Amino acid sequence: MSYVVTASPHLHSGDSTPRIMWNVVLSLVPVVAAAAWFFGPTALLVVLASVAGALLPERIWGRRSATRDGSAAITGILLALTLPPGIPLWMAFLGGAFGIIFGKLVFGGLGQNVFNPALLGRAFLQAAFPVAITTWPVAGGPWWGLRGDTFAIPFASPQPLDTVTAATPLGLMKFEHKGTPLWDLMLGTTGGSLGETAALVILLCGGYLALRNYLNWRIPASIFLSVAIFSGVLHLLDASRYPGPLFMIFSGGVVLGAVFMATDMVTSPVTHGGCYVFGAGIGLLVVAIRVWGGLAEGVMYAILLMNAVVPSINRITQPRVFGTREAA
Amino acid sequence: MGHLFWILLSAMVVNNFTLTLFLGLCPFLGVSGRIATALRMGLANIFVLVVTSFSAWFLNRFVLVHAPYLRLISFIVVIASLVQVVEMAVKKLSPALFRALGIYLPLITTNCAILGLAIFQTNRGYGLLEGLFFALGAGLGLTLALTLMASIREDVERADVPKLLRTQALVLFIAGSLSLAFMGFAGLGSAS
Repeated sequence: MSYVVTASPHLHSGDSTPRIMWNVVLSLVPVVAAAAWFFGPTALLVVLASVAGALLPERIWGRRSATRDGSAAITGILLALTLPPGIPLWMAFLGGAFGIIFGKLVFGGLGQNVFNPALLGRAFLQAAFPVAITTWPVAGGPWWGLRGDTFAIPFASPQPLDTVTAATPLGLMKFEHKGTPLWDLMLGTTGGSLGETAALVILLCGGYLALRNYLNWRIPASIFLSVAIFSGVLHLLDASRYPGPLFMIFSGGVVLGAVFMATDMVTSPVTHGGCYVFGAGIGLLVVAIRVWGGLAEGVMYAILLMNAVVPSINRITQPRVFGTREAA
Repeated sequence: MGHLFWILLSAMVVNNFTLTLFLGLCPFLGVSGRIATALRMGLANIFVLVVTSFSAWFLNRFVLVHAPYLRLISFIVVIASLVQVVEMAVKKLSPALFRALGIYLPLITTNCAILGLAIFQTNRGYGLLEGLFFALGAGLGLTLALTLMASIREDVERADVPKLLRTQALVLFIAGSLSLAFMGFAGLGSAS
């Protein structure tokens, strides 16, 4: 009889990286379905293009198992969900590839990146194609119809196709001071990116992930709370200029960002205390950028900025090793 | 007061010298390996920037009134020598402070961020107080960028980075990503 002596932990939960990742993909299916419901088959094409853009570099330069663990697919789907439905497919592809290459592969692959790859791809697209990425087609219209210059040839489309565009609820609020009924925001019958309109669906999917402990509920909870507090205080100060907390939470990408982007295991803090700090920071930045910034939406930048702060948060909230004194 | 606050905030995040205007990249890439050194570099930067702001204001107000074409050369000479004098004084009066900041001071004086600050301040016609807040904001912004970069680099040291990209290449990639993230601040304060 031989005893094998190993270091703790001794219990295995049965979870593995591919299992967690494919569960996240599964939980994203209803969100993609909602996008297809509202924006037609164009939405699915955008998702496909972006996923293909994410998988290709991962397949070429990543580890052999990397495409199979589903993490690049998640990056692609999440990126697509932040894009407008009418975006040319080659841009979606490029964004996915940029996110994976410069957000993940240069750091050595899964688990070692600093910034959320999907959001980095989105930030790149926003910087490179500011017009295409803020052209929002109206919700509704013929379901089968294209929502924009979908099949444009790269760098060769001087005249954008004629499409009926409309401002997003956030744009309406920021530039015309017009509100949108809350119920429309919850159901998703408004203009906006593919996946950020149907707040209720996202919350349900996030609830599933939180129950299985694949996301830390403290992050979305503290983001919602922080957005509610900061926008609530501003709303109380001057209700005519600053929208109320419910509008702030359910419009734009707050719900999608809080549930699926900020909770990325790699780029969020490791301690629970750190998660509260992280979420509070995101909420504050979202409100600040929306209210005082030049852009209508700031969720992407807020999360990226807090991603950059995560190493510092981890360092500050590092628990003391039991039995030791304060580190000198 | 609100006006001064916006000058500080704008120089710190919206027009961050390093991440938005790409000034002072040499210390940003060179001295961002460790948080402790990055912090000291940032503090030294704040100090030199405030000295710069004061001397640029002084030169513009009292010396260069009739000879604006001497601006560039006199900025460089006066700032560099003033910092050297201050460095000697610090060395004599407070050796501890000198050990913390001293070695960085001569490195910074010829930095583009320093000259950039003097020129921006002159072009925008800032007064003494506005200039000081501007310098403080720029210095805090540099410190912020340096510390963020250093904390990320300390973490990334443990990552399995491809051999080709180790050290400076990866640092430039991270700098680019940080810069993309800071684009979110664009226009902050201009709306209200």
